[in-house]
This record gives sequence, C-alpha cells and structure tokens, in this order.
Amino acid sequence: MYWSFDLTPTQGVVDHLAATVILALSATPLRLVQQKDSQPRMSESQQPQASQRFQVHLFVTCLADLFRPSIAFNSIALLEEAGCDVTVPMSQTCCGQPGYNTGDYEATVPLAKQFIATFEGADYVVAPSGSCAGMITHHYPRILEGQWHERALDLAARTFELTQFLSEVAGLKRPIEQRSDVGSVTYHDSCAGLRELGIQTQPRHLLNTLCRADLKEMERTDVCCGFGGTFCAKMPELSANMASDKLEMAQASGATTLAGGDLGCLMNLAGRAKREGIEIEVRHIAELLAGDLATPAIGESSQS
Amino acid sequence: MTISSNDFIAQSVVALQEAERLRTRKELGKHMPALRTRAVEEFGDFEGLREHVANVRQHALDNLDYYLPQFEQQAIDNGNQVHYARTGAELNDLVLSICQRHNARKIAKGKSMVTEETELNHHLERAGLEVVETDLGEYIIQQAGETPSHIVGPALHKPEAEIRELFLDKHPLGPRELEDPPAMVEEARSVLREHFLSADVGIVGANALIAENGYSLLVTNEGNGDLCANLPNILIVCTTMERVLPRARDAAALVRLLTRSTTGQSISCYTSYYSGPRRQDDIDGPLETHYVLLDNKRSDILASDYKDMLQCMRCGACLNHCPVYIGAGGHAYGSVYQGPMGSVLTPLLSSLEESHTLPSACTTCGRCAEVCPANIPLPDLLRDLRHDESRSKLGSGRWRVSMKLHAWVSQHPRLYQLLTGLGVRTLHRMGRRRGGFSRLPFASGWTQERDFPAPQKDTFMHQYRKQAAQDE
Ligand code: SF4
Repeated sequence: MYWSFDLTPTQGVVDHLAATVILALSATPLRLVQQKDSQPRMSESQQPQASQRFQVHLFVTCLADLFRPSIAFNSIALLEEAGCDVTVPMSQTCCGQPGYNTGDYEATVPLAKQFIATFEGADYVVAPSGSCAGMITHHYPRILEGQWHERALDLAARTFELTQFLSEVAGLKRPIEQRSDVGSVTYHDSCAGLRELGIQTQPRHLLNTLCRADLKEMERTDVCCGFGGTFCAKMPELSANMASDKLEMAQASGATTLAGGDLGCLMNLAGRAKREGIEIEVRHIAELLAGDLATPAIGESSQS
Repeated sequence: MTISSNDFIAQSVVALQEAERLRTRKELGKHMPALRTRAVEEFGDFEGLREHVANVRQHALDNLDYYLPQFEQQAIDNGNQVHYARTGAELNDLVLSICQRHNARKIAKGKSMVTEETELNHHLERAGLEVVETDLGEYIIQQAGETPSHIVGPALHKPEAEIRELFLDKHPLGPRELEDPPAMVEEARSVLREHFLSADVGIVGANALIAENGYSLLVTNEGNGDLCANLPNILIVCTTMERVLPRARDAAALVRLLTRSTTGQSISCYTSYYSGPRRQDDIDGPLETHYVLLDNKRSDILASDYKDMLQCMRCGACLNHCPVYIGAGGHAYGSVYQGPMGSVLTPLLSSLEESHTLPSACTTCGRCAEVCPANIPLPDLLRDLRHDESRSKLGSGRWRVSMKLHAWVSQHPRLYQLLTGLGVRTLHRMGRRRGGFSRLPFASGWTQERDFPAPQKDTFMHQYRKQAAQDE
C-alpha cells in the first residue's frame, strides 16, 4: 500500500482529540481495577483507633533520594496534610528497575524480595513515581514465584503513586485561600504511570484543586519523552530526538513550567532543555502541589 | 531472512540525519494514530471486539492440530493443492517448482510479508523468472531495489520527488511531467495492467485461512490482490499456519479489527475470499491453485513463552505509534519486520545473536501494547528477550557488570547510603553553580546529548536521618 498525507491545519486538534480518546479508553479499565484493589488492609489492632489517619510508608525512590530530595520532603508534607502518618523505612534502596529493564531478572529478584520485606508491614506504600509504583504493582508479581508472588500481589494492592494516593485514597483538599499560585503548567504523562496505573486525571485534578495553576495541555502529552531508563544512555541520539519533540510540544503549549510525576523523565527533559537552550522550568508535581517554588527547578543553579 | 539488525544504532543515527524523511515519519506518527483513534471511537465496543478476536485466535492456536488439518481437507475438497514448508528455503523451492512445472516466465505478486521473509523474489529471479510486485508501495521499492521500511506501507520512506524520478527512469514512456501523485499512480496503474494480463502465475498472501470452508481471506486497498489471484492461470497463496481461524465469521471479525487498526478504515476497499480454482461455469479465475504454508520457526514460537506473538495480524499500528520507530525509520531495524513487532519477531525468526540489539530499541513506553489489536504485550516480550540476551551474555559486558554491581550494592543499604552520600555531595559541590554538567566521565551516554542535572546538597536519606536526630 502507498500512503500520502494531506495535512491540514486542523491536524493539531485532531491529534489532541485522538490522544485524549486513546487515554480515556486505556485509562478507564485500569482505574476500575485500581478502585477494586485500593481496599486498605487494616490490621485488627489498627481499626478501632484508626480515626481516619492513614498509615503510609514512603518509598522515596532512588532517583529522588539521590538527585532531588525536595520531591520526597514535599511528598511527606502533602501526605501529612492529607492526614497520614508517614514512615520512611530507613533500609530502603532501589526497587530494581534498572536491572529489570535491561533483562537481568536474576539480579532483580533479591531486590524485589528485599523491598517486599521492608514495606509489607505498611497499610499503604506511596511513591512519588509512576514507574517505581508500577514496578511494584505490575512487575514484581511477574518475576516472583510461589509464596513471594502472593506477597507481591498483596503489597501491590496497597501500593500507590503519589497523586493517585492523594486524590483517590486520601482525598486531599485545600481551602482556596491556602492555594498558592504556581503559574502556567503543562503536564507530561510519564508512560508507566499513564499506562500501568492509569494516572492521567489525578495530577491535573490536584493542580486545579490544591494550587492556582494555569493548566495548558500540550499536544500528544501521552507520547514518551525518550528517557526509558538505560535506553537514554544506550541509544542517546534516538532518545534526544524524542526529548526534543516533547520539549517542542511543551513550549508550544505556552506554559512556563513543565511538570511530571517521574524524576527520570524530568531529568531527561531538563537536561535536554539545557543542552538546547530551551527556557522552561522542569519540576516534579510534588513540588508544585506543595507550593515549593523556592527550590530551584531541575537543572537550575542552586547558587544565586 | 537476511538481517542487519545488530547495526540498529548506527543505522538509526543515519536515519535521524535525513531531515526530509524524518519529517515524513513524524507526520505519519501524528496522522496514523489520529485516524486509528477516530475509527476506534466510531466503532464503539472496540475493546470487546479485540478481546473476542484474541480469544478466538488463542483457541485456534491452542488447537492448531485440529484446525489446520480441517483447513487442509476443506481446501483440498475445494480443488486446491496444499503444501507445507518447514523453512523459507523450502517455500521458495516449492513455489519455484510449481512455476517451472507450468513453464511460467512472469509472476504477478500481491503484497506478502511471508515472501519478503523468505526472499522469494530473489530465488525466482535467480532461476530466470520475471517477478512483478503489484502493490504500489512494493512496486516502488522493487523498482528502486530497496527493502520495505514499514510492514504495511513499504515505500513510506520515499519522498514524492524520488518516486517521480524512479518512474521517469524505469518506465520507457517518453518525456512527460508526472506533476502530482495522482499522475504517478495513473502511470503505475497502466504499467501494472499489462503485467497482470501477461503474468503466468499469481502469488498472493492471506490475512486468514478459514478452517470450516477452506477459504482464504485477503484485504487490499488497491485491488491488485484480486487481479493477481484471478487473471493468471495459476494462483499460489503463500502464508503461514497461524493464520488459521475456525469460522468464516471469525475472519469477518478480524477484518473489522485489522482495517481500523491499520488505516482507520472501517473496511478495506477490497476484501476477498478465495475458494479455489475456477469451476465449470465460472467465467474467470485460475485453473490451478496452491496453498504453501510456511512454518519457519513458528512451531517453536508456539511452544515458547513468546507464543502471544503469533497473534500478530501485521496491522502496523505498533509501528505508527512507536516513537522509536518514528525516529529510527524502518530500515534501521535491518529486517523485513520493523518497529515493536519486528523487534520481537526478528530475534524469534532469526536468532538473538544476530539481532539482540532490537529488544533494547524500546523505552517500554507501552503505547504499542495499548493499540495492538491482538492485545500482544509487546513491552513485556521485549523485556523477556532482553532477559534471554542477559542470560546468554550477548549484550555489552559493561552494562551487564554495572547492573550486577548496582543490584549488589542496593542489597546492602548501609553501604548503598554511604556510597550514594559521598557521590551526591561531591556532584553537588561540583555542579551547584551551573546547575548541571555538560560532561560526566561515567555517564557519557547521557551527557552526549543532554546536560546532567546536578543533585541537591545531599541524599534524602542523609538529610532525613539528620533531621530526625535533631528533632529528638
Ligand atoms: S504486534 Fe499488534 S500492533 Fe503490531 S503489527 Fe502485530 S497486531 Fe499490529
């Protein structure tokens, strides 16, 4: 078959609709499953005195731990604001995604078991990253067998990405007068969060109800930014090309801030923006929701 | 199957530099998903249809030992001859021997990925036969001596001007303008018409084989398949055994799914069922018809953890939605199968040794699996192939060792926090003024194309521990 294209100026609108529909179609079943799964597992002793406080263990995620602790501090602030008692298990390290995504399942299995053993005492596990939460909910059960598989499934049912937890479980609200202005924001849907967890409306809803944000959607916000874990270092040219496309669409939205829920993607985008001299502030959603604009954006100088 | 898949990275870098072709691909990457989305939306319960067809196909695959003989018997009863080819070479030999038995000189071919896979054209041409591809895209690349860059739109990479040049050069029709695509299509049409009328043998593929009645199904948008199948005296249908479906209505359901996923059409322009040779009072049709059913490792795939891949209906949606395919272009994959489906299929049909770079040519973004009408979990299969790669130590040793090291250190929280703390504080001191690094010795893959954002002053774990100590 031979195709030729007749591209009209309405293309952008069509694309946008197209993306929205794909997202709506794909996100719906996922969200239904999530709701079913989101029943907390309260131990007997906790139920009487639970008094609506959520017992949450924070999975900081290794990237936030190393490169941007402000994400974790702001996550804690948001969770506490939502009425959670937040515990940070001090022996946590990495969920094992790097090895898993390069196919080294053998190296990943002990990390998965370690993670489960560290976190399974929690009522809820919350991570400020869709791909890390997805690793636990979707991929641990894939690579673990027998009793560990069961434990993985059990933990998966109680594990959430931050914006998902804040909006679907904790139902965080904030009085209008306490909402701070975060300027114009465009939101990039990171792939794992979007497709594995159905995260799409949650961050936008929170931006609109916890802050004063001027949300400007970019075209094809569901297309990958080119990070892909080790992909970005193994195939840098292809990865950069994808990042540039994403930045172009973000800029075209007119927003001054590009936000997202996965630090890997954001570092990729911020780093590429710097390299290309593109002026856009790249921030994690937790920072915006907590109103923390004092922390320099990703890749910005921390010395005035 | 000749492949150059392990040169994917170098080939993709070249493709990224071809500005005009890259632009065309990016338009494709916007345009085709929009068409598909609209079609899916208009259909309504696409999800239900998808699941239904996947279940039927799974059932057929699980019971191939029942349906394949059933198809064979029905097809024979309809007057067809049915042959099985274990390998590509066997298919090529079978087809050649049928052609030679009839002293054929010219073959008119419809679009067929199976014969691309076996490189049938070369085989027939080496034996002195003339083979004419009649699908417009296939015809263009055949004239240009190129390979397909997209399983559905094989000539997608060729800009209009190149096609014009090609036609002016290859068609001895004197000086003319060929000012626009319709003029070029018109010319190809009239040239091809002569070939249809003079061909001795027609070869087509099949989108489905129907067990209950022994028919095959073919969808095209140009009608060339029907001309190949009906004008020459001999028809050979080359396809693979996993195309078998139990009932005629399953084939109809498949078409609904396939055309919407491919081009966003609710139905293809030509949807044909072939039963067999011309019957007594038929006014046209071939005198003799053959099915050649290729295995080429598909039995092995069926018995493996990759059997979901046999559900692929070659719709091309995963290519159109894949940002890596859009960037790299089809030729970078070094295989007749490209994009996500090609990165799974090529290693399975050839060997992982020859193509282990392909499964890594993916960010596992999952957009392909989201749109795949056959519900194939492509990112999971690609990751599993990386697992095979990792176990057979085919990939870069440096990556393998660093992943092992990372996993080992991550299992020792104290050591992990000590090392990351040291590293982060050093990087912070070095990078805080600029905010990032344009070069880092251990992250050259990263810094080749982007700056590396400098970390904040210390790891979270250290800061949190300190804070907790102060609070007490
Ligand atoms: S893998 Fe799925 S999307 Fe890709 S060509 Fe096959 S059926 Fe179509």
